[in-house]
This record gives sequence, structure tokens and C-alpha cells, in this order.
Amino acid sequence: MTDAMSHVNPRMSQEPVPDTAEERVSYLAEGHSLRSWLLTTDHKRIAILFLLSITFFFFCGGIAAALIRLDLLTPAPDLLSNDGYNRAFSLHGIIMVWFFLIPSIPTTFGNFLIPMMIGARDLAFPRLNLASWYIFVLGGLATLATVVLGGVDTGWTFYTPFSSTYSNGAVFMAVTAVFISGFSSILTGINFIVTVHKLRCPGMTWGRLPLFVWAHYATAVIFVLATPVLTIALVLVALERIAGIGIFDPRLGGDPLLFQHLFWFYSHPAVYIMVLPAMGVVSELITNAAHKQIFGYWFVAGSAIAIAVIGFMVWGHHMFVSGQSPYASAIFSFLSIVVAVPSAIKVYNWTATLHKGDIVIDGPLLYALGFIGLFTIGGLTGLMLAMLAIDVHVTDTYFVVAHFHFIMVGGSVSAFFGALHFWWPKITGRLYNDLWARLAALLIFAGFVMTFAPQFLLGYEGMPRRYHVYPAVFQPLNVMSSVGASILAFGYLLPFTYLLWSLRHGKPAGPNPWGATGLEWTTPSPPPKHNFETVPVVDKQAYCYPVGGRSEDSKPATQKAEPGDG
Amino acid sequence: MAEVSRPQPQFPTLARQREADHLGMLIFLTTEVLIFGGLFAALFVLRAEHSAEYVKSSKGMHLWLGGINTAVLLTSSAMVALMVEAVRAGRARLAKWLLMGAIALGLAFLAIKFTEYALEYRDGVVPRLSPGNLQGGPDALFMDLYFAATGLHALHVAAGLVLLGSLIWPFGAARSDSSAAFAGNAALYWHLVDVIWLFLYPTLYLAR
Amino acid sequence: MKAVRTILFAWAALLALLGLTIAASFAPLGHALPFVSYGVAFAKTGIVAWIFMELRVRDGLQRIALGAGFVWLAILFTLLFADNLTRGWPA
Repeated sequence: MTDAMSHVNPRMSQEPVPDTAEERVSYLAEGHSLRSWLLTTDHKRIAILFLLSITFFFFCGGIAAALIRLDLLTPAPDLLSNDGYNRAFSLHGIIMVWFFLIPSIPTTFGNFLIPMMIGARDLAFPRLNLASWYIFVLGGLATLATVVLGGVDTGWTFYTPFSSTYSNGAVFMAVTAVFISGFSSILTGINFIVTVHKLRCPGMTWGRLPLFVWAHYATAVIFVLATPVLTIALVLVALERIAGIGIFDPRLGGDPLLFQHLFWFYSHPAVYIMVLPAMGVVSELITNAAHKQIFGYWFVAGSAIAIAVIGFMVWGHHMFVSGQSPYASAIFSFLSIVVAVPSAIKVYNWTATLHKGDIVIDGPLLYALGFIGLFTIGGLTGLMLAMLAIDVHVTDTYFVVAHFHFIMVGGSVSAFFGALHFWWPKITGRLYNDLWARLAALLIFAGFVMTFAPQFLLGYEGMPRRYHVYPAVFQPLNVMSSVGASILAFGYLLPFTYLLWSLRHGKPAGPNPWGATGLEWTTPSPPPKHNFETVPVVDKQAYCYPVGGRSEDSKPATQKAEPGDG
Repeated sequence: MAEVSRPQPQFPTLARQREADHLGMLIFLTTEVLIFGGLFAALFVLRAEHSAEYVKSSKGMHLWLGGINTAVLLTSSAMVALMVEAVRAGRARLAKWLLMGAIALGLAFLAIKFTEYALEYRDGVVPRLSPGNLQGGPDALFMDLYFAATGLHALHVAAGLVLLGSLIWPFGAARSDSSAAFAGNAALYWHLVDVIWLFLYPTLYLAR
Repeated sequence: MKAVRTILFAWAALLALLGLTIAASFAPLGHALPFVSYGVAFAKTGIVAWIFMELRVRDGLQRIALGAGFVWLAILFTLLFADNLTRGWPA
């Protein structure tokens, strides 16, 4: 096993190829009709339904991004009209935020893995889970309707009074689409919280939960507490649009800033919805790559909760130049600096976990490392933005655009791909070619940095966001960014090829190709419909890797209580 | 609906499934609190920024009709609470009558509410719809928010009535719903609808 | 039954509080009125939650689940009004 062939992951244990009897009971084999998929209540199948849906929207949002970066190759408004450009970045934001990033990890890997990681047969409310997918699809259809109707030009942030009074775009349809998708989030959140409280198998105490589960629990709390406020904010915009009630119109006694308060009360915690699951993934990937116990389990778990709670108290940092009171701005600035602390704690803990670990470098690890590096840069620039004196200069410039793309794309999307690779054998029962995985990870990292690092410079030099006309002096950096975007796009497309190829031609995977410790790795790959033949009993911590790392004769240890355990 | 004797496969015991159902409903109710909270935020902001007009508009509200409605909802809630006790005690017929009483009171609430809307239309204070008196401005905004808030609340009252109504039919068969699981969850929803009104009333009607 | 008596007492208390809040709105309380009105509203909510919604017999998790909405609204209102009420203050 230590003798690695370069194109095969050297960590993959030489497990016997599973026989067809096992394949016959896999959740994928339980019914092949469309009906068995569209009326499923199996959390694993629903996860696949979500995976297909969000991938579709990732492409849609990517097309919008391509239009943006193509237009920005030149300082002149030559590809899109001004109005067209507004619609392009608005759709890019709406689709990427609500129809890709927010559902991405929770509804795919969260749905698939949470019951398995806690030793449960399904989520607490399987039918609500399916309803959540249908509601998501309905919201997605409304988004497509928005595109057909010509799109919106308000930005994904729908600021009033432009969105409520003046815009000529399909604002009503757009806010309806997001309104609908909010209910999908809320149902998922309720499901996850109740599942983690009520369905843990015997021995699975809170202190033994994988950090992936902690991260998703914190995310679910945000889903449940933040989304309803967005719901009502959008309802009010819709009411103002169709009935002209004036709630956000200062001429009629309204307060446009009220919208921003309600919107950002949701949307700031929403960015933690987008990053916490990714952090949960990274915890799993790092511990497995180092084959070592996480450093500071309770610090990592507690920081997830801290981020979720404090994240609700910082929203005003999006409003520093909006006319918000400077006293409130000062409070929000202070709290925004505080919220960086738990994130930093996680980064320190992952680094310490890697230290003196028995590290093997493979695709999932590269994605996790990409997350850590890019998230750190994004997070540090976030601290810069939290400071009023800096923010008043760089707000609404490309500095902010770069900051959030470093976190959401460099961070969350990298983690998403890491998760996709790490759990691919479990979900599909197939192994993929790791050389391609490492190549894709490096291309994504390089393409990403080339795309977004120049944007920090552009923003600092003063290029405003949401403009496609810019001074010619900014062109070189814009060209570099656009070229980087094409490399990034290629990097994202690459996994589609070798992963899909592996479905047909990949080597069948055993239960635990990575020698990982979670309960999900004690089942066949792919798992049977109800995950576990008998409910597992847990007697070990998470990440109970054998001390001393990998060796020829160390049997992979999982959390499950085995007969003959000491 | 009817009591089931076996838990769903993911639950180890029926008791655990019921706990999960209750917890799920309570979390859902928290989301409802937050939705209405946004409306209250709008009302409080209006009050903070235009307090004179706000108070004047509030004084024009039908305080007594609102007060009667509050009493109606409180009584309906009490009846629903008694209903749950009756179900637990196995007294299905008493439960049915209490339920029908609660639903009747809920319908009365809606009837009084729509009467108020009609009166407001006649008084000319419905922005844009009733002829003449109200131009745009904070007083119109108050009325708009009043209609938005009470309208959304009325929708929830209607939903609650449907939920309560769904308990009536199976009751003849569900004499053994001894844990009052589903009835308990429906009751929780109804009580929350009541709580929301308990805050709407002083906010809209009693600002002096 | 004891439970029935508790519910009926709660109902009577709720109606009494309703009378109180209506009466208070006619009294010359000035700026204190909102405190009385919302104080009563919270008291009524407390009774409905504790007795009708049976929080008094539920476990801590369920109490937190319902209470979280109110706590989070407090966060929203506190910071929202930290802005609204201080906008006119001198720099």
C-alpha cells in the first residue's frame, strides 16, 4: 500500500471488490423508474436530486459570469448594453447565491451524510425533505421565468427604492423565486436540527459527532432563524411593487434603509450558511488526510456555533455608507471584528491537525488546502472591510467583490469539490482517477487566484463594482481576471469528465477506501436504502485514527463499536 | 391524523418520533415569529420616524372591535387547550365539541376582521381603494401596514382553522390518540396565531 | 381536573390582562404607555406559552426552540433601533 502508483491514490486500501449481491441492495438499485426517484423519501436519493439541480444552476450562474468577464475584457460597453450588464450580474448573483451556494453542501452532502454519520436510517422528516426539493425546483423555475421575462437589473441585493419603485425589470418574479426558495431552506433547517437532536444512535453523544455534523447543525440554526426575515422583506418589496404602499419610499413616509436592515439581517448570516458547511467538510478532509485526531475538537465545534450566533449581529457592516448612524456602524464594526475570531480558530486547528500528521497528498486534500489558503485571504480582507476607515474607501468597489469571491468561491466551492471527491466512492460506489483530481484541484486554484487576486488591486485602485465601463488603465488587470476565469471554468469542467467516466469505468469501491473513521464508512459503497442493517453503537470519538498514522497492518478504525474492542 | 402504533423506520421508538414532531413544530413556530417580526420592525420604524401620524392613525382604529377580537382569539385558544386535554383523557366527543367551538370562534374572528375592513373602506381610510380621504404619506403607510399585517395574520388564522378542521373528521376513529400528538401540534400552531395577535393589537390599536 | 382548572384560570387571567391593557390606553400614561402595553402583551404571551402551549411541562430544548424566535427578534430590534434612533445624533 505504501508503494504508490502515480495515478492511483496511494491511500486507497486494497479492499476486495464487492460482489453483485451487495450492489443489488444499494440505494441506487432500489427502483429504476422515474417515479421511484421523484417520489423517493430516501435522503440519499433526495441528495442526488439536489446535486443535479444545483449543478444545473451552477452552469446557469456560470454562463452569466462568462458574460460578465467577457464584457469586462474591454473598457467599452461593447458586449452588453448597460441594462444588459445590470441584468447579467444580477442574475449571476441571484442564481449563485440562492440556487447554488446556499443549498450546495447542505442539501447534497448534508442530506446524504448526516443520517449516516449519526447512525440513523434517514432524516427525521423524510417527506419534508422531498417537499424541500420540490419547493427548490419551483423557485428555480421562477428564476428561469425571470430570465425569460428579461431578468432584473437590481443586483442580487434588491435595494430599495430602486427595486420597489423604479426598476423596469422582472422584480416581482425574481423576489417570488427567492421567496419560494426560502421555504426550501427552512424545511431543510428544521429537518437537520431535529435529526441531530433525536436520531443519534446509541453512544453517539454530542462530543462524538463528526465536525461535519456540528457545522451543519449550526448552519441549520441559521437557516431557521435568518430566512424568515428575508421572506418578509421580499414580501414587502413585492407589495410595494404591485400596490405602491410606500414602505421603503421616503416620499411616502417610508424608510429605504429598513429594507437593507431586514435584507442583511438574513444575508449576512446567509454567508455563514455558505461557509460553515464547507468548514465542516474541511474538518473531515483534513483529519483524514493527516490520519490524525482533530486538534481542539471542542474549539472547532464551539466556533461553528459561535459563528452562527455572532454572525447575526454584524449585518450593518454592509451598510456603512448607506446613511446608517455612525454609532450603529461602530457597534457593527466591532462585532464584525469579533466574528472573525472563531473562523481564525478553525484555521489554526486545521493547521495544527496537519502538523506531524501522516499526510498523503491527494485530490480531496488539495481542495481542503485550497479552502484554507483562500479562505484565510478572504477572511483577512474581510477584517479590513470591517474597519470603517478602510471600508468607506473600498466599499462598492472590486475589493469587496474579490473578498467575497475568495470566501465563497475559493472557499466554499473548493470545499464542495473536495467533498464531491472524498465521498464520491461512498455515493456512487466507484473510485476515480486521482491524478486527474489533483490536476483539476491545481487548475482550479491557479485559475481562481488569477481571476480574483487582480480584483483586489482593481478595487483598491478605485474600480467600482457593477460597472462594465471603466478607465482604460484598468484594462490589463481586467484581462488577467477574465483569462483566469477561463482557466477556472476549465478547472471546474474537468471533474465532470473523469467523475462521470468513473461511473461506468471506475474501479468499484469498498466500504472504506480512505481508511476514514466516520460511521458512513462502515456501510457498503453505495449504501443500502436504510443505511445500516442494524443500528450501530458508537464507543469512540470522531477521528479515532490509530495513533502512529498509517501502516501496513493497522486496520482502519471507525467510531463503531466492534466486538473485540478493548 | 389517526394514531399510528408503529414509529417510522428512522425512529427507535414512537415516543421519540412524537418528541421529534413537537420539536419540529416549535421550530417552525419560531420561523413564524420571525416572519411577523419583520412586519413589526416596519411598524416600529414607522412609529419612530413619524410618531404623530402613527398615533393619530392608531386612534382612528376600531379599538373595541379589536378588543373583542382579542377576547375571541384568547377564548378560542383556551378551548383548543381544553380540547387537547380532552383528547388525552380519551373523551372524543367532548374534544369534538370544544374543537368546533374553537373553530366557530376563529371564524367569528375573521368575520369581525372583515367587518372592520368594510368599516374602514366606508370611512375612506383604505389607501388607493376607498374614495378620497387618504393621500400618500405616513397615515396611508400606517393603514397599508395595518392591512398587510392583519391580512397576513388572517391568512394564518385561516390556515389554522383548516388545520383544526382536519382534526374533526378522524376523531370518531381516533379515540385512542391518547398522547394527543397531532392534536397537540395543531394546537401549538393555533396558540401562536393567537400570540401574534396579542402583539398586533397594542401595536396597531393602542398606540396613544 | 387540575389541568382544566389551570387552563380556565389562565383564560380568566388573559381576559383580565386584556381589560387592563385597554384601560391603560385611556389613562394619561404618556410615554409610559408603550411599556405597559407591551409588558401586558408579553405577560399574555407568557401565559399562552407556559400554560396553553404547555411549555411548563416541556423540556429545555423545546422551550429554547420556541423562545429563540423572540430572542432573535430582540437582536434584530436592538441593532436596528441602534441605527434608527441615533441617526440624528451629533457626530
